[in-house]
Amino acid sequence: MKKQLVVIGNGMVGHHFAEQWMASEMAADYELHVFAEENQRAYDRVHLSEYFEKQSSAHLQLGDDGFYTLPGIHLHLNEAVIALDREAKSVTTAQRQYSYDTLVFATGSYPFVPPIDGRELDHCWVYRTLQDLDAIRASAQGATRGVVVGGGLLGLEAANALRMLGLEAHVVEFAPRLMPVQLDSDAGSLLRAKIEDLGVKVHTEKATRKIIPGDEQRLRMCFADETYLETDLIVFSAGIRPQDQLAREAGLQLGERGGIAVDQHCRTSDPSIYAIGECAVWNNQQYGLVAPGYTMARVAAAHMIGNVGTTFTGADMSTKLKLLGVDVGSIGDAHGATPGALNYRYSNEIEGVYRRLVVSADGSKLLGAILVGDNSYYDTLLQYALNGIALPEHPESLILPDSSGMSSPSLGASALPYEATLCSCHNVTKGDICEAMNDGAVSLSDIKSMTKAATGCGGCAAMVKTVFESELEARGVQVDKSICEHFSHTRQELFHLVKVEGIQTFDELIERHGQGGGCEICKPAVASILASVWNEHVHEAKHLPLQDTNDTFMANMQKNGTYSVVPRIPGGEITPKMLIKIGEVGEKYNLYTKITGGQRIDLFGATLDELPLIWEELIAAGFETGHAYGKSLRTVKSCIGDTWCRYGVQDSMSMAIRLENRYKGMRSPHKVKMAVSGCTRECAEAQSKDIGVIATENGWNLYVCGNGGMKPRHADLFATDLDDETLIRYIDRVLMFYVYTADRLQRTSVWLENLQGGLKYLKEVVIDDSLGLAEELETRMQHIVDTYQCEWKTAINDSEKRKRFRSYVNASEPRKARIQLIEERGQLIPARMITEEEVA
Amino acid sequence: MNAASTASLQWQNVCHRKDLVPHSGIAVMLGKEPVAVFWLPGHDTELYAIGHTDPFSGSEVLAHGILCESQGIWSVASPLYKQHFRLDTGRCIEAPEVGVDVWAVRVEQDWVQIGNILIG
Repeated sequence: MKKQLVVIGNGMVGHHFAEQWMASEMAADYELHVFAEENQRAYDRVHLSEYFEKQSSAHLQLGDDGFYTLPGIHLHLNEAVIALDREAKSVTTAQRQYSYDTLVFATGSYPFVPPIDGRELDHCWVYRTLQDLDAIRASAQGATRGVVVGGGLLGLEAANALRMLGLEAHVVEFAPRLMPVQLDSDAGSLLRAKIEDLGVKVHTEKATRKIIPGDEQRLRMCFADETYLETDLIVFSAGIRPQDQLAREAGLQLGERGGIAVDQHCRTSDPSIYAIGECAVWNNQQYGLVAPGYTMARVAAAHMIGNVGTTFTGADMSTKLKLLGVDVGSIGDAHGATPGALNYRYSNEIEGVYRRLVVSADGSKLLGAILVGDNSYYDTLLQYALNGIALPEHPESLILPDSSGMSSPSLGASALPYEATLCSCHNVTKGDICEAMNDGAVSLSDIKSMTKAATGCGGCAAMVKTVFESELEARGVQVDKSICEHFSHTRQELFHLVKVEGIQTFDELIERHGQGGGCEICKPAVASILASVWNEHVHEAKHLPLQDTNDTFMANMQKNGTYSVVPRIPGGEITPKMLIKIGEVGEKYNLYTKITGGQRIDLFGATLDELPLIWEELIAAGFETGHAYGKSLRTVKSCIGDTWCRYGVQDSMSMAIRLENRYKGMRSPHKVKMAVSGCTRECAEAQSKDIGVIATENGWNLYVCGNGGMKPRHADLFATDLDDETLIRYIDRVLMFYVYTADRLQRTSVWLENLQGGLKYLKEVVIDDSLGLAEELETRMQHIVDTYQCEWKTAINDSEKRKRFRSYVNASEPRKARIQLIEERGQLIPARMITEEEVA
Repeated sequence: MNAASTASLQWQNVCHRKDLVPHSGIAVMLGKEPVAVFWLPGHDTELYAIGHTDPFSGSEVLAHGILCESQGIWSVASPLYKQHFRLDTGRCIEAPEVGVDVWAVRVEQDWVQIGNILIG
């Protein structure tokens, strides 16, 4: 019989251990049993508040779906271990008893609730699990105000969650400032000012004495200073305590302040039992961050397979995070507790940034740092602190803004030592990255899949990218961003040249900035750029040879050389009369007819000759081209909204139709899809679209840069509760900025992922107008809207343009006679290849 | 086009010069054979005629592909699966064992004419 390995707990650390274990050679000799108290498998607790933001937990799940179905692994959900018998080496759950050879505690921690009278009342919650969040959400129904007890890191996360539920959020903190562990008083007050600007009310130096039923609201919190605050719900987030109950009962040795004591191999006082993560204490210290937990998981797994060289001897507790949209960073000895430590401080109340450096007495080493308002300094500072790199001559230059006239010597990737840890979640050093490159990694995604760097919390992504690129350069690899052999420019650069130099044609562009005759890569790319900038008809003689056949003939070529036709049906709304017309046209030309995923109708099997005839009839009936052939707006999918639906809170139909009519015809680097949902049930699946709009009681939430397809991506929440006009303005700007800066054939999702600064940067450009581009972007979009023409309408009214639609210019023989079709389910579909013999 | 070297050919009118589309292609029927005719105004060789049927899909689509130049060699990219066919030899650049027919082609008194003998 195989040996039994039991893991209690399926949180982030327990999961990480299971992954490490299953990847080891020893895994084959064991059955691994993982017991989870919760009813779902491991998820990302660090980003818990995204559960409200994205309204689902799917993206929080850790690991592949198939992981817990691997042979040799058994995940027991909803099955808490209630007893441990160390002598018999067995654990007991409500269901049965399991024996073990080796046992791992990964029970995590539980939220500390201060012993306040009334803390057991209804509507008092903690913030740790998805179930907690479900309870908070239910409790927020009909509530207007919520209070978080605790102004630490988790407390502020919880306040953000309350805000996302539409509550007026309050934070009550016992200490004189927010995040007392990580921040000093200047940083704490700046953070306070910033989050109060966001509408969160902060009360410091408040000790809650008791909680009683309220007069105006559900609850009243009475403070030690005789004041009180009424609220509808309370979330306790006053710290965490190691979940050591079971270990305590089993007589394992504990730390001075609780927690399961472990040695440098994460082994407890019982040699066949290990403890990892927040339930464990090393040297009486608990590590409440995920990265040290992961390290413990690796150390324990390594020790079990006989590797005693890997040890855990404490961890760096530096943190970088965004709280309520505010950057906060704390590195090493942030408070300057080291004897003789000296400080540099930069404080800018106008821009709302604060930075503090703590350096050694001789000024040579960085001991710690505090950042508020701008975390772009974090990576460099962390490397100085972790690797003991000698500080530059003027250390203050590391925290002064560029405008000070001193160039900030950001620590180049080449200056980092080989052993510098870049990714602390997966313990990846610069050396590991170089090694992966020696083993053939040629792209950032290779690096990620080979080393797992930047796949944990993601905080190191920018640093990993920089190291990778600088290594490439050091190896003499030119990072070639040319679009093709004819232009040594990126699409973005070409776009810029066209706009700035007022270039109108491909010939002009290639003459000035390229070489040779062009190809199927650069021609359509330039055509798209010219269309985005000047918006002329694709059939202008100078543009025609640049287009893909789909654009040339304004239809989608199918595998047998025939085309399909998609009329525009904005928002999927169509009158019975128009519907009948489509049916008539389909019947007349014997077209295969199908409803598309974008709420419109595709008619297949038309020959070139037939296209203008078909469109003549469709246009006469009031249809317009659907641009299904173009790199442009496809559809705006919509649910019926509050016009019919009893749940709808806004008129999603009207908004969808408005958006579709506004952006139809816009040429972009790739296709663009949108959707509008009339309530949070999200029937239009807006979060899988490039632009997604979801109605709220107060307006619209805007999501950007999602897509389905080969690599699906959920859209990111971009702005909330917008009125109609602001919504349109933001979409104008996002789309035009995408058109300006994306690569050829780059969907918005990939564009955003490659955009330096990501979502935050996009918000700055679009919402805060940080580049001063907003007006130009809107004007450019308005130009496209104003110059819209139905390309098919223009084409059928122009005899020269119509001449293009001849299957053979010298034969009246209709092309259709040469295409073999067979009938299937009452419609015609392509038969197979036609050979020369059959035609002759 | 050098008329002397092609004097022995018989020429057939396939379309008017005005039917040509600069820097692009059109399809004509040469008897029962669909042929793609490409026009590159201003180049040493301005006219090319190759088979219209894409050998990879068996569909008549090559005249609708985009014209491409690489190191002086002109080809057309099939609109279906994007293989390149040389305009001068008909060979597929990605798979030289595959190719399409090539005909002599010229303009004579505003008529586009195709020779009756395959040249490639």
